[in-house]
Amino acid sequence: MTLDTQKIRADFPILSTKVNGKPLVYFDNGATTQKPLQVIHRITKYYEEENSNVHRGVHHLSQVATDKYENARTYIAGFINAQSEKEIIFTRGTTESINLMATVLESWVFANEEVLVTAMEHHSNLVPWQQLCKRQKAKLKIIPVSQQGEIDLDLFKEMLSPKVKLLALTHISNVLGTINPVKEMIEVAHNYGIPVLVDGAQAIAHTKIDVQDLNCEFYTFSAHKAYGPMGIGVLFGKETWLKRLPPYQFGGEMIDQVGYEDSTFNTLPYKYEAGTPNVAGVLGMEAALRYIENQGIDNIKKHEDHLLEYATSLLEEIDGIRIVGTAKEKTAVLSFVINGIHPYDIGTILDQMGIAIRTGNHCAQPLVESFGLPGTIRASFGLYNTIEEVDVFFAALLRAIEMLR
Amino acid sequence: MTIQEKSQSVIDEFSMYDDWMDKYAYLIELGKDVPLIDEKFKTNQYLISGCQSRVWLHAKMKDGLILLSADSDAVITKGIASLLIRVLSGQTPKDILESDLDFLKQIGLQEHLSPTRANGLTSMIKQIQLYARAFLLKSQKL
Repeated sequence: MTLDTQKIRADFPILSTKVNGKPLVYFDNGATTQKPLQVIHRITKYYEEENSNVHRGVHHLSQVATDKYENARTYIAGFINAQSEKEIIFTRGTTESINLMATVLESWVFANEEVLVTAMEHHSNLVPWQQLCKRQKAKLKIIPVSQQGEIDLDLFKEMLSPKVKLLALTHISNVLGTINPVKEMIEVAHNYGIPVLVDGAQAIAHTKIDVQDLNCEFYTFSAHKAYGPMGIGVLFGKETWLKRLPPYQFGGEMIDQVGYEDSTFNTLPYKYEAGTPNVAGVLGMEAALRYIENQGIDNIKKHEDHLLEYATSLLEEIDGIRIVGTAKEKTAVLSFVINGIHPYDIGTILDQMGIAIRTGNHCAQPLVESFGLPGTIRASFGLYNTIEEVDVFFAALLRAIEMLR
Repeated sequence: MTIQEKSQSVIDEFSMYDDWMDKYAYLIELGKDVPLIDEKFKTNQYLISGCQSRVWLHAKMKDGLILLSADSDAVITKGIASLLIRVLSGQTPKDILESDLDFLKQIGLQEHLSPTRANGLTSMIKQIQLYARAFLLKSQKL
């Protein structure tokens, strides 16, 4: 089934904005996506009709809020095919999910042991591990990425050993668009008993996520990159792992019995949710994922693949262009540089023409530097983008190049 | 010419262009006239932070006046540096510290030149003021 983009666009009020007098072309979905009315209205409805603190009140509204909140957890568990809702921890987003893991894994990674990440990680799936390794006197090892933007699987396999205590890698690269062969890599890592954390920030809105099929120990994503609100996200963790790892933050909600001398802790998932949660955010996230489900993730992927393919074919014709990231398996992200022109200059001129793209190192400084670049220009697509917008973008890009050369 | 007079001439020149495209084209042209920083100063020490592109800025004192030079690997940033230098280079530290730089708002690139943009403009201004303050202190001690 093909997406009805005209109907979809009507759900996103912000898309009819004008920027510098021009209709907005929003190609910065890798940074954050826009929100449909279904999400905006869900959040409003919560505050207008359902707001109350969860899990503690005896009164009606508290029960309503708690039910909606826990139903959302069950829905989200189903969305990524987790075995149980106990495996769904609500966090502020991918960054907090990974920081949580990098803190509690202090009880798992020790001196002279190793943590593996790939060379294409976002800073948020690199720096927390780098710092964990520093604290624990462990070693952070980097799995190389080819000039095409693909993980070198042979080298990866050579890096595996009983010393490796964790593999953390991105599902889809935010710079290169590469879809990594995570399932295959997880299987190989498991041969050495290595648990795997997958950063799904760029994947959740673009491809089907099935954590049981992937068989990863941990999976993280943020709602705001999947048409949901900012400040809310998920840490999926296999129950066996979350059960034996220590708590992260302490406070209300995450405790069982509290005394002045000692306390015992709540069961999963509450053990990892200290304090009053972001209930409106969770309900907004549920609405966003339902929106994706209604459109069909496979239809979305097909649509975005088509946009990527079309945009790539146009851009390839530009004199002096270098497309950064040419992996075979790729989606929704198109990074490039133009010979002799700084990405910042292109971004500035495109903005004048109403086109929102991102320039710079995309929070993956070591990766961009390894390609010998000062940064890239990145167009990243979402389900509401159209072929016509790609044409507008292409024409504007040609105009910018002409002006800057 | 005073800072005020130089600012006014920049405002007059930009007022000739209605179209943003022409304004940017002119800004880029101005960048080509920037007093280029000596290659030996293109080091981290002279690098301005807060910008996606690299900008280097150097200042020296001659006959009581501050002389500025700069370079950038982005042409728009270079144009912005060139604008600042055109107005502020060759002025006394005291005049630089007292200037309001209001001309930036008046040339019609205000949105682009807003301090929250990652264009390094704010950092460049801060750095120039820092140089001016340092030179002023030094001259008072002598």
